[in-house]
Amino acid sequence: MSKFAKGKKKGNNPAINTASLPDIVFMLLFFFMVVTKLRDSELMVKVSTPFATQLTKLEDKSLVNYIYVGRPVEKYRSTYGTKPRIQLGDKFANVGEIPIFLERFRVKIAEVQRPKITSSLRVDGDVTMGIVQDVKTELRKGNQLKINYSAKKKPDL
Amino acid sequence: MAKKSSRDRMSNEINAGSMADIAFLLLIFFLVTTTIVEDKGITVKLPPWSEEEPDITQLKSRNVFAVLVNAQNQLLVRGEEVKVSELRERTKEFIANPTKREDLAERPTKAIITLKNDRGTNYETYVGVYNELKAAYDELWDEMSLRKYGVKYSDDLPLKWRKSIKDEIPMVLSEAEPTSFGEEK
Repeated sequence: MSKFAKGKKKGNNPAINTASLPDIVFMLLFFFMVVTKLRDSELMVKVSTPFATQLTKLEDKSLVNYIYVGRPVEKYRSTYGTKPRIQLGDKFANVGEIPIFLERFRVKIAEVQRPKITSSLRVDGDVTMGIVQDVKTELRKGNQLKINYSAKKKPDL
Repeated sequence: MAKKSSRDRMSNEINAGSMADIAFLLLIFFLVTTTIVEDKGITVKLPPWSEEEPDITQLKSRNVFAVLVNAQNQLLVRGEEVKVSELRERTKEFIANPTKREDLAERPTKAIITLKNDRGTNYETYVGVYNELKAAYDELWDEMSLRKYGVKYSDDLPLKWRKSIKDEIPMVLSEAEPTSFGEEK
């Protein structure tokens, strides 16, 4: 007991060294920077992708373009209705605008890497195949043949 | 204007107390502006577009595994109504034909799977069906890989191994133009 009493003599207890706190926080920061992706566009359509089991991971995110298909969210329903719509970048689009969208994306990529471009179809599970088929046809016409049906991992039961 | 001695200056440290605050601020900024996206999905290679009508080649009906999905999300496999949960086993049996049945594929290399849907088919159902068909092939590849090389099939295998597996069981899945039933108006 006398061991502890000795310390009290000084009266003022020393401050905890917080010098390593920034390091810890920076580590957290870098972790989040690596695992996350900057939200490039606001989703204007509701997309809840279906479940599947045979999934492949999209490797290089700079070589992926996203096509969203779904029903407009509450905010846009008064102007755009509830019919499924396509969203390219940050605005609603028609099927006919897909080739231009693909071309715009393609010119930004180095020529050697162009065959590796993947189109990720982020489609709501509740949409009928008609619009998806139209998108697929446009992709085939635009010679963008590598596609990925975005899906969630089915939880094991 | 009293000059500090150099000894005094040495002991002066930069106050790093606010460093943590700055880092936290950055951290919170990144947390707010980013999303952890599940960038996963079923990768598919589409056939190139051609204006010409595809030439109709007559295939032996035993080699064709026709899957139809209608606008009511019902499944018709070779003229029989089937549940999605049964599809995987049936596909595997059709491709591998372990009991050498007369009405299933002659050889895995000759097996062709055709998938046709309506425009009114639900996307979720379509993905589910596609997933099962792909799963059937993946499982067959796994089995063969385990038998030949003792490891499961994956993209990390040497190219030669992968090629020899895919040569024996090639994935042939042809999608027909959908019929326009049940299109959402």
